[in-house]
Amino acid sequence: MRRVAWWLASLGVVALVIYAWHLLAAAAVISPVFLPSPQRVWTALSRGIQSGALTGYALQTVVHMFWGWFAASCAAILLGSIIGMSPTIQAYLQPSLEAMRPLPASATIPIFTLALGLNDGLVLTVIAFGAIWPTLLATIYGFESVDERHYEVAAALGMSKFDIVRKIALPSALPDILAGMRVSVTIALILTIVCEMIAGVGGLGQWILNAGRTFRADNLFAGILMLGLLGLISTNLIIGTERYMLRWKQA
Amino acid sequence: MTRPMRSAALRGLVVPVTLIATAEIAGRAAHLDSLTIALPSHIVVALAQALADGSLLQATAETLWAVLAGVALGTAFGLALGLALGLARPLDRLLAVLIELLRPIPTVALIPLVILVAGLGYLTEITIVAFGTMWPVFVISRSAILGVEPRLFEVADALGFSWPQRIQKFVLPSIAPRIFLAFRLAVGFALIIAVTVEITTNPLGLGNAMVVAQNALNPALTLAVLVWIGAIGWLFSRLLIIVERVAFPGMGSAVRS
Repeated sequence: MRRVAWWLASLGVVALVIYAWHLLAAAAVISPVFLPSPQRVWTALSRGIQSGALTGYALQTVVHMFWGWFAASCAAILLGSIIGMSPTIQAYLQPSLEAMRPLPASATIPIFTLALGLNDGLVLTVIAFGAIWPTLLATIYGFESVDERHYEVAAALGMSKFDIVRKIALPSALPDILAGMRVSVTIALILTIVCEMIAGVGGLGQWILNAGRTFRADNLFAGILMLGLLGLISTNLIIGTERYMLRWKQA
Repeated sequence: MTRPMRSAALRGLVVPVTLIATAEIAGRAAHLDSLTIALPSHIVVALAQALADGSLLQATAETLWAVLAGVALGTAFGLALGLALGLARPLDRLLAVLIELLRPIPTVALIPLVILVAGLGYLTEITIVAFGTMWPVFVISRSAILGVEPRLFEVADALGFSWPQRIQKFVLPSIAPRIFLAFRLAVGFALIIAVTVEITTNPLGLGNAMVVAQNALNPALTLAVLVWIGAIGWLFSRLLIIVERVAFPGMGSAVRS
């Protein structure tokens, strides 16, 4: 009961902030070129949604982000399983992986641009390259922390290597893998926006960049709101999936 | 260095050295003359030239200035917000929804907005770096305060401490290691954000140096700058980890770096 009351009060604070924004814009303290009124942003948002322009751009962003993230996750789990199962491969590869991880993924854009040109292939490659690291390292870590006795049981049962990965290692590494995939989603969204700004392949990144260049602050704010919403939805979706898939842990 | 450590380091070098040697030999055998990739030896030459003529150092100074100013501002704001919300529970509850709504906005989405207001240049880059680094510092310092032993506050009550005294004598010392961890993460983020802003639009620093090299269809120089950015990022993280170990011995093992 008290929690609901606090939550409502907190919602009231948001309403107050929007009202203060309205007053600030109405008094024209800050030039309307930079700070549109809440009403203008709302109009831009509903116009963009009704005409389908904004929703179309948002859909492109979702498509870029999802496929880049999906490709990164598949590659990360596959590579992570191979590296995690073999201490030899790990000894040779882990230092290189650790050295490459802190590299800013956006800094690979000029390199991939030279190789691929400005197109959807570039966008997917950059997102996949940047979003692979958290899941890859989490998968390796998850495989490392599997209980040694489980492997002994598997050996005693004469299980094949493939079965050990599928039935023992992957399920017990699942919490780590999902945590890695959650971080990857955030990285994928950021890289999607950056690539869309640079490559001009549609999407909300291009929408906000164009809005800024044509001094359409109302469209710009509408685009930023949509991106915030995308961030909120994608993170909560994967947190929900994580809870659902790990429900056996809480019991 | 002990013997097993040295052999581990050597094994780590096998793969990159083999890959680089293969690329060099294969490229030379095929008489590589490409606008998209470069021989490793050409990258080294390009890196040495860019270092020698001072252009790379100039770009590095520009990026680092934006990174340091941005991190300083972002850490200050994040720490202030974290302290305020961690210590004043009602405030924390009142701002909860607002913060939950603002936090998922990707930092890079603000690039066009900040450019619209502040134009191209340092101010834009520093603002965006500060905004991006504020969040991790805020989240970590807030949760660090919530984890402070409650009995310390009872002691402070008994001693009749004022709020500034409490913060200075009890809160800051007990959360200092985690604040430093937050700062270390923030510096890593800051370099990534700064380079991203430079690559997207801002005509400054290392990111811009890469874009210029790319537009000149000079893959050797583009890759050389990338290697340089990687080296700087690595150097910074090593340096801060060493400082962390010296300043807060015994904390390092608690955190996977």
